[in-house]
Amino acid sequence: MNATAPSTATILASVPADGALAGVRWALARDLKLAVRSRAELGVQLLFYVIVVTLFPLATTPERNLLSTMGPGVLWVAALLASLLSLPRLFATDHADGTLEQIALSPYALEALVSGKIAAHWLTTGLPVVLLAPMLGLQYYMDGESLTVLAAGLLIGTPILSLLGAIGAALTLGLKGGGGLLALLILPLYVPVLIFGAGAVDAVRAGLGATANLSLLGAGLALAVVGAPFAAAAAVRIALD
Amino acid sequence: MPFNWFKLSSPASFYPVAGTLIPWFAWGAAILAAIGLWLGFGVAPTDFQQGEVYRIIFIHVPSAWLSMFLYVVMAFWGVLALGFGTRLSGMMAQAIAPTGALMTFIALWTGALWGRPTWGTYWAWDARMTSELILLFLYLGIIALRQAIGDPRRADRACAVLSIVGVVNIPIIYFSVKWWNTLHQGASVKLTGSSMETTMLAGMLVMSFAFWFYSIAVVLARLRAIVLERERDAAWVGALPDVRGNAGVLR
Repeated sequence: MNATAPSTATILASVPADGALAGVRWALARDLKLAVRSRAELGVQLLFYVIVVTLFPLATTPERNLLSTMGPGVLWVAALLASLLSLPRLFATDHADGTLEQIALSPYALEALVSGKIAAHWLTTGLPVVLLAPMLGLQYYMDGESLTVLAAGLLIGTPILSLLGAIGAALTLGLKGGGGLLALLILPLYVPVLIFGAGAVDAVRAGLGATANLSLLGAGLALAVVGAPFAAAAAVRIALD
Repeated sequence: MPFNWFKLSSPASFYPVAGTLIPWFAWGAAILAAIGLWLGFGVAPTDFQQGEVYRIIFIHVPSAWLSMFLYVVMAFWGVLALGFGTRLSGMMAQAIAPTGALMTFIALWTGALWGRPTWGTYWAWDARMTSELILLFLYLGIIALRQAIGDPRRADRACAVLSIVGVVNIPIIYFSVKWWNTLHQGASVKLTGSSMETTMLAGMLVMSFAFWFYSIAVVLARLRAIVLERERDAAWVGALPDVRGNAGVLR
């Protein structure tokens, strides 16, 4: 957290047009600062995650074997929903007050700025989920190895959720019925992440080892890191036209 | 002098071309479907493992192929719409989406009807079926996104981005029977040869062409309607014989 981050106006007036990394850093610092200043909002999203996870044992039987079987899936689905819930924050507030247009006009590449925003989104919504999940997994009677793999999977997988989600968030900017539409657009794209993430824990429980699933998640992350910022930036430009 | 293909990228010049192509493809589809169904239900022998039930492949396989193929074609037009900003490309992508969704639905539905007597279940969480279901959601998402955006030009480009991102699903569907050894059977038709009876294969290929021609005819017909709707203020639309005097209907 950079406490002395300069204001939007001064930095936009003074930056050289070349540094892509500087653009990432600037957007990251700005969004983190904004996030820290609206801590309550972040807390609400985490509570949402906790509550969704808590609902399943109440809706089914709190039976040890059943819960430890469905635990990884529930924790992953809840992570997907929590990510979905937080996505509108990524661009919508900046879009509503016109900041996004100013950002798009800056000399930094929009792709770099979008990458910074996505990184900030993951640090404030994805990372807390990763840290919280093992504790919630204990409620589902998951063993130590499963919890480790679950956390590792979430650590690789939740950035993919932020990256893909940014595309959907940008595409639905300013549209009627944005929330439901965003879910329809993004959840199908989240499915592979869910399958490999939850599958990694299942594989460990079945004695197969999680390497294959985690490697596929890693490949997905590599692909998303390279491709998603470009798609999201293109979508932001379309929304601003 | 070579024919200038780019001339066709204008809605005004493609509209009449589409009009002349539609009957050819529509009749082609009807004739091929008649031949294909005759081959499939009259000539092809009963399968020694699956009995008569297998005959649904004459619908199931062509629609499944088309569901994936149409998605790739839609994404291709999306790339052109994004890259060149051509209006007709976006309209083409818009026209393909409902037919693609229909093909995906038919593939899933006939698969369920076939699965009940053969596997004993309408649905299984098998890799290919799940990824085909995701394909249906992608189609529906693209259609919904277009509905939500008022400005058709913005809708063209937004749908293009979404369809390009969704293309990663296509190889997953296609190779799912190879990558995950689950319930859905492997491919019977490969480039290197087929494990099927010749008449079965012929019926399936003829039906695939019938589905393909049908899709082209329907997409072009829908494209013409989209062109009329979106170009309704253009002078050439007002000068069309069908439209003259009825211009108020379009507004």
